[in-house]
Amino acid sequence: MKLRLSKTSAVSLGAIGLGLFAGALLMAVTGSNPLAGFWHLFRGGLMNIERFGNSLASSTTLIFTGLSVAFAFKTGLFNIGASGQMLMGGLLASAVGLYVPLARPLLLLAMFLAASVGGGAWGALPGWLKVKFNVHEVVSTIMMNWIAFWTVSYVVPRYLRDVFLETQSRRIPAAASLRTEWLTELFRGSYINLGLVLAIAAVAVVAFLLERTVLGYELKAVGHNKHAAQAAGIDINRRMVASMAIAGALAGLGGFVFYAGYSVNIQIGVLPAQGFDGIAVALLAASSPWGVWAAATFFGILHTGKGFMTAMTGIPPTIADAIIATIIYFAATGVLIENVWDRYSKRHEQRAARRRRVDLEQGVK
Amino acid sequence: MGVVVEMDNIRKEFPGVVACDNISLELRQGEIHAILGENGAGKSTLMSVLFGLYQPDSGSIRVRGREVHIANPNAANRLGIGMVHQHFKLVSCFTVTENIILGLEPTRGMFIDTKLAAEQIKQLSDRYGLKVDPHALIADISVGMQQRVEILKMLYRNADILIFDEPTAVLTPQEVHELTKIMANLTAEGKSIFLITHKLREIKAIAQRCTVIRRGQWVGTVAVADASEETLAAMMVGRAVSFGVKKAQTKPGEKVLEIENLHVRGRGGVARVKGISFSVKRGEILGLAGVDGNGQKELVETLVGLRRADEGRILINNKEAGGLSVRERIAAGLAFIPDDRHKYGLILDFSLEENMILKSYHKQRFATQGLLNFTAIRAYAQKVISDFDVRSGRGAGALARTLSGGNQQKAILGREIDADPDLLIAVQPTRGLDVGAIEYVHRRLVEQRDSGKAVLLVSLELDEIFALSDRIAVISNGELVGIVNTDETDENEIGLMMTGLRREAVR
Ligand SMILES: Nc1ncnc2c1ncn2[C@@H]1O[C@H](COP(=O)(O)OP(=O)(O)O)[C@@H](O)[C@H]1O
Ligand SMILES: [Mg+2]
Repeated sequence: MKLRLSKTSAVSLGAIGLGLFAGALLMAVTGSNPLAGFWHLFRGGLMNIERFGNSLASSTTLIFTGLSVAFAFKTGLFNIGASGQMLMGGLLASAVGLYVPLARPLLLLAMFLAASVGGGAWGALPGWLKVKFNVHEVVSTIMMNWIAFWTVSYVVPRYLRDVFLETQSRRIPAAASLRTEWLTELFRGSYINLGLVLAIAAVAVVAFLLERTVLGYELKAVGHNKHAAQAAGIDINRRMVASMAIAGALAGLGGFVFYAGYSVNIQIGVLPAQGFDGIAVALLAASSPWGVWAAATFFGILHTGKGFMTAMTGIPPTIADAIIATIIYFAATGVLIENVWDRYSKRHEQRAARRRRVDLEQGVK
Repeated sequence: MGVVVEMDNIRKEFPGVVACDNISLELRQGEIHAILGENGAGKSTLMSVLFGLYQPDSGSIRVRGREVHIANPNAANRLGIGMVHQHFKLVSCFTVTENIILGLEPTRGMFIDTKLAAEQIKQLSDRYGLKVDPHALIADISVGMQQRVEILKMLYRNADILIFDEPTAVLTPQEVHELTKIMANLTAEGKSIFLITHKLREIKAIAQRCTVIRRGQWVGTVAVADASEETLAAMMVGRAVSFGVKKAQTKPGEKVLEIENLHVRGRGGVARVKGISFSVKRGEILGLAGVDGNGQKELVETLVGLRRADEGRILINNKEAGGLSVRERIAAGLAFIPDDRHKYGLILDFSLEENMILKSYHKQRFATQGLLNFTAIRAYAQKVISDFDVRSGRGAGALARTLSGGNQQKAILGREIDADPDLLIAVQPTRGLDVGAIEYVHRRLVEQRDSGKAVLLVSLELDEIFALSDRIAVISNGELVGIVNTDETDENEIGLMMTGLRREAVR
């Protein structure tokens, strides 16, 4: 167990290292000083309490989308639809926030539920299509992304539109926002909001669900080997739909914390990038819930820091994106790194064994 | 008698395993030299090195006294070395002739001269008694015939050093017998043969010498005439083994499994089980014999609930079970030991303890209010592990993947038997296991029978069927050819029935 842990974290850390190295190369060939670049990149995300708050605020959405992708992945499913699920969750939460007159705690609870239902339905449908008609979830979740995209484009201008701009929804009332005075003040006016608390709670809940519950056991069984799971009497079809519904609900909550926490309204014409970044987070975290938290925080810092880096050094913010892209690449090809690791440790063992044998033989002589 | 092949200190490593650890052996002119070893011992790897499929990490090869470097199978062909692989490499929509000349087609002008080739193939076939029709389509001929086509392929390329990789694994006993004669003909004509196998009886029947390999290492080369089967087995396994299982007479009780007129379609809607009826009673082992691919897989999948029957009834303990889900059947008393334990039996990335509760995790003792009770799970897993002697370096928490095949099978056996089923369906329960583990699995199955369980044993190994079964049912092409009492029949009769001949016709 210990060995397994250290191996996966070695892969993740290796991916980060290689990503940063690639970023350094890029900075160097574009004529900038990599050390200065990194200094400002990380300072930008951590420099003061406000910026750190913003990094955490960026990470909040990523925690949810990362959990979403990671959760589906545990059941052997690839959820590319976190963006669309985020949109639907955000749309329903915004609608509730704008139209339902409730006291704040109840309103937030209603928005929470609406977002889970919206995202959950958006995830469950591809799951159902897969077990019923054998449609691959990668294809159907991508299509669901675009259906969500156009649904938002239709609903927002008609029912939720802003007074001045028809490309976005009205500002949600303060009672419907996850931003809260004490947190904002604590972090000196940053975007940080109650969503972070929700996100960390979600990490704990998902970890608990996967590790300790019957449902988690079944989902992992299906994910690792659905033939054996089926032969053991697990209804693999139902479990796959359930897994996609939960993954969708998590991404839907990502929409809640983004559109009613980080932001104050929902825009049309945008497929939120956080949905796709969730794939990167899940990959880097090797699908472990606590790893998702760490990876999302890391990416949050990069996101917040890149503007500062550009302002201070003139290094284009795309470099930060390239670093993220490279990290994704190496995390995804982590299998490769893992193999090298394996071979290295095996060879090490073999060499040790051979040495022992030689010692033995010499001892005999 | 000259030496045609000398392999000297051949070493071949794969990531993490030494498949051949400095093995040396020689093949004499005109001999059949058996290579004996358990699954994974390195037999195929060693011969693949000779055939140019792998390059050795060290060591040298001499063919007819000359040191050679065999870069690829073409180079091997040029040296007169041919190989029949464990899995045939034939194009099924081509004729025999087309398959044989593939790669070195004789041409007349711009056209391939198939007529000439067919003529030559006919001659070769007659000379060695192969009885192959050069114009038949591969898809239309039996597996045994296909193997002869592979042999002809070697002969057509003028090979005189022939390698057979487990040639009998896919054959009926009669076909094995024919192959033995063919090999004798080949050596009589001056060919020399390497025969890979893990079946002792075949070695005694045809080989002159035998080299035993264990876990990549050379154990010894012996003259077959001087070595008993017991000696060979001990060399192969590394310790003495006992053959045969002791079985007391029992009196079968009431029927536990009964199937009536079962019809099942396989992949692509092809009828694979065609109206089979039989029953298994308490206190008996019914062996289902048949050549691989004759409907056993579909039949078993239907019985355990992974597949639906088109027609017919399945009764477990006199209750209709055809419409039950997998879980309901388990609850009705069915246990299943699958042949592909990695695919159907275990979740390799789960720990041993998680695997032990795969079919019972939802029961009260392991789960309360949706939460798993890990203390109970561990205690239970440890009990089964010690009851069934599952050896795991790191105990119940070790990943199933890290266990050896024999221990994985013991774990499955433990899980299924400990559920106290009425009916145990065991499919190829000893596939790929070493002799020691085979002994153990057989003993446990007989124990189940003795304690009044009904056991359905599906196996491709006739030895296993005969060692364990009280009655033998023979399946061929999806039909039940017949059911006979084990002590009223012999391998010859069952072998003939496996080809589809009714017992009356056999007698
Ligand atoms: N291509 C390969 N890559 C990695 N390992 C292999 C490969 N071929 C065989 N092995 C390993 O080498 C060992 C010997 O295999 P093999 O020669 O096929 O055994 P045998 O034919 O005696 O059953 C086994 O542990 C097997 O897993
Ligand atoms: Mg082999």
